[in-house]
Amino acid sequence: MGSLFRSEEMTLCQLFLQSEAAYACVSELGELGLVQFRDLNPDVNAFQRKFVNEVRRCDEMERKLRYLEKEIRRDGIPMLEIPGECPEAPQPREMIDLEATFEKLENELREVNQNAEALKRNYLELTELKHILRKTQVFFDEHEGGANTTESMTRALISDDPNRHMGQVQLGFVAGVILRERIPAFERMLWRACRGNVFLRQAEIDTPLEDPSSSDQVYKSVFIIFFQGDQLKTRVKKICEGFRATLYPCPEAPADRREMAMGVMTRIEDLNTVLGQTQDHRHRVLVAAAKNIKNWFVKVRKIKAIYHTLNLFNLDVTQKCLIAECWVPVLDMETIQLALRRGTERSGSSVPPILNRMETLEDPPTYNRTNKFTGAFQNLINAYGVATYREVNPAPYTIITFPFLFAVMFGDLGHGALMAAFGFWMCYKEKPLQAKKIDSEIWNIFFGGRYIIFLMGLFSMYTGLIYNDIFSKSLNIFGSSWRNNYNVSTLRENRMLQLNPDSDDYIQTPYPFGIDPVWQLAEANKIIFMNAYKMKISIIIGVFHMLFGVCLSLWNHIYFKRRISIYVEFVPQIVFLTLLFFYMVLLMFIKWTSYGATPGHFGSDDPEIVKSSAYCAPSILITFINMMLFKTDANPRPQCEETMFAGQLVFQKLFVIVALLCVPVLLFGKPYFVMKEQKERASQGAQPLEAAAENGSAGGAPVPASQHHDEDITEVFIHQAIHTIEYVLSSVSHTASYLRLWALSLAHAQLAEVAWNMLLRKGLMSLGYEGGVFLYVVFAGWAAISISILVLMEGLSAFLHTLRLHWVEFQSKFYAGEGYLFQPFSFEVILDSAGQTEE
Amino acid sequence: MVCKLCGPKLSLCGLVLSVWGVIQLTLMGVFYHFKAVALLEDLPLEESAAGEEETLETFIANVEHGYMQNALNCWIAALLYFVTLVVSGHQFWMNNRSSVSM
Repeated sequence: MGSLFRSEEMTLCQLFLQSEAAYACVSELGELGLVQFRDLNPDVNAFQRKFVNEVRRCDEMERKLRYLEKEIRRDGIPMLEIPGECPEAPQPREMIDLEATFEKLENELREVNQNAEALKRNYLELTELKHILRKTQVFFDEHEGGANTTESMTRALISDDPNRHMGQVQLGFVAGVILRERIPAFERMLWRACRGNVFLRQAEIDTPLEDPSSSDQVYKSVFIIFFQGDQLKTRVKKICEGFRATLYPCPEAPADRREMAMGVMTRIEDLNTVLGQTQDHRHRVLVAAAKNIKNWFVKVRKIKAIYHTLNLFNLDVTQKCLIAECWVPVLDMETIQLALRRGTERSGSSVPPILNRMETLEDPPTYNRTNKFTGAFQNLINAYGVATYREVNPAPYTIITFPFLFAVMFGDLGHGALMAAFGFWMCYKEKPLQAKKIDSEIWNIFFGGRYIIFLMGLFSMYTGLIYNDIFSKSLNIFGSSWRNNYNVSTLRENRMLQLNPDSDDYIQTPYPFGIDPVWQLAEANKIIFMNAYKMKISIIIGVFHMLFGVCLSLWNHIYFKRRISIYVEFVPQIVFLTLLFFYMVLLMFIKWTSYGATPGHFGSDDPEIVKSSAYCAPSILITFINMMLFKTDANPRPQCEETMFAGQLVFQKLFVIVALLCVPVLLFGKPYFVMKEQKERASQGAQPLEAAAENGSAGGAPVPASQHHDEDITEVFIHQAIHTIEYVLSSVSHTASYLRLWALSLAHAQLAEVAWNMLLRKGLMSLGYEGGVFLYVVFAGWAAISISILVLMEGLSAFLHTLRLHWVEFQSKFYAGEGYLFQPFSFEVILDSAGQTEE
Repeated sequence: MVCKLCGPKLSLCGLVLSVWGVIQLTLMGVFYHFKAVALLEDLPLEESAAGEEETLETFIANVEHGYMQNALNCWIAALLYFVTLVVSGHQFWMNNRSSVSM
């Protein structure tokens, strides 16, 4: 039975398929998604492989489908999602039918598009002509009004010749349409080129016109240029050409113009009808295509995937069967055999496929069977490094430790509830949200981690109850354990008063669950109190987490049959960590339980009572430092004992010495045994060695030459030295690193307090009923700040730190992470990734 | 009531905020009504009139008055959020309906 404890057992298999059955069998295996094929033709060029023609045809079909899809999207037609199951890969003979269909559709669409473009161009010309005819009416009116009334128009055209009488000058003209942006440059060019002897009038066209090729809406203007003489005419025409202005023949006489205008209107109407019908036809074609296009995409992609896979196979000498090599999980061999049998039956072949197990020295891929819940956590682990084959998998523990460590840093009942609600909504509405296929990458990240978010929220609600913190306020569920014994006059005279736990101020039974709510009122020393608590908790959690990590390495040593490593690596590591840091944790528990008030003898001077009071509680940090440095401080409090329990100094000295002795064992133990083993082997002569090497670090392949042995020894020494130094140093640094649990929870609590005090409190300070409305507004602002800073930013920050704690502090104790992922040939995976690259 | 005041995102935001506002402000009103000590620092306290010594009784009376006032203010705000909830919910439902019927 496969489990998450370690990765699945994999085996390399050889698959013999008959050529006729190969397609169907590969199709069945693709639906199953449990087989990873190896490329048996790595040196062969992509264009020289056996099925390159089929792949090319598939590519062509995909191109046509993409063209169709683009057109469908352009028209905004909704594409139907595939109802129910994905269609299976069609038979090879169906491929021809599909190709024919796509060819026909593509040709039809291209024809329609071309026609539409030509029609639109026509339409554009007619529209421009219509505008010209309308606007030039004004120009001609002015022109025919006589030279006397329009002095400005003719002045520029009158030559300096005084003999020419100031009658009507016969002007030629051209009319056309030009883009509005080009008018100034056009005018200037005309002025310069014609030396001011032409006259330009222009009027803007109000409605934008559609450019036929680019389908942009552009603004154009009508212009008319008056000139005299043929030379100017040619010049003007050239300039118009250069500026890509379209010239239209415009009759001079107004009657002609009116006639032309009417003709143009009729033609425009006709064109409109034809255009409408063309668009309808195109729409019909596209709607019919849109019904099936997703289906077709899936089919074509599946065919292509099958042929790509078939290209990885080797063709047998007799040309009758294909040989494949694949990695297969051992537990799934039965399922795969069934799938192969189904495939052969479908293809109608008589010869059954053969699945042979092969022996190999290669490292198999790492395969962890996960579901939608565990998959998210497995991805978190794999992001840092995929587990070595058959190594202990940290994922199942991460399911609990990850949300828990997050919650220690995030502990707030209110924010945790918000996060849990969000996570719950995403998990509850899983299927409809998945079907929506939303594009946003940020959404996909959140949605992929919905179970993680939900668990983080739930755990944060729990730690929020422990820290007694809901949006920075405390809940008083069970009644505080502290009492006020001051009289009224003392209360009136002092701004701050202290309640002494070594007196009747504290009823000597603690608040049943979580931090007492009275601490919310202790603005002076709440932080100091919580610091002491949270720092100790962080170290305790950290030491336990790391000890657990070291214990996991024991399972690895046992499985990989590294018995020497158990004695020479695991035991010293555990002893070192336990004797030093677990001892520190024990000191914390002793301090918590041994020192406190004695009921009935509050504030007594009796030396025995004083020794067990809080006054005599020593500092754990100083104790630990003195322990490591083998020194004793002068006793600053003479009434107190120097130690917490009898024989403490002796125990501490013993622990430090034994722990220090572990270091050389770690440093030299393994290399010594490796040397001994190699000497044994050398003395026994060249004998075949078992594949199960006992010294993993010295490399797997046995080498007879003694020279290699010497090189291996230095490598082993260096390797072991690095590991030992890393372990010893990291035991200190990682333990301190867990203090980030304290730091982030302090930051979160303070931010929540600032948000409440600076923001929401302002809405609660009104003396009248208008405060209600003011509170309504202020609450929205406070909610926005809470979500954006406290939930999102702090949440992200705590997530990151938790991840780091897992990846570095926890996994460095046992994880090698040098494997590679099992990537089976699966249609689901291929279709998903193709769907994503589309967007 | 056919008018669409806001798009789908704004109506969803309004909906979530209103639900949260209704729940939290109602609870805060209840806690103020029961004179929870945790909310002691969030009270509108009148400054004592210049020259007059504030006795314990006047102080307690101010505090209790502050609690009642804030409880009412919280409930007023909760009511306003309930109205927002109805409006946002209606907008959200209309947005959904129009996008589905398309």
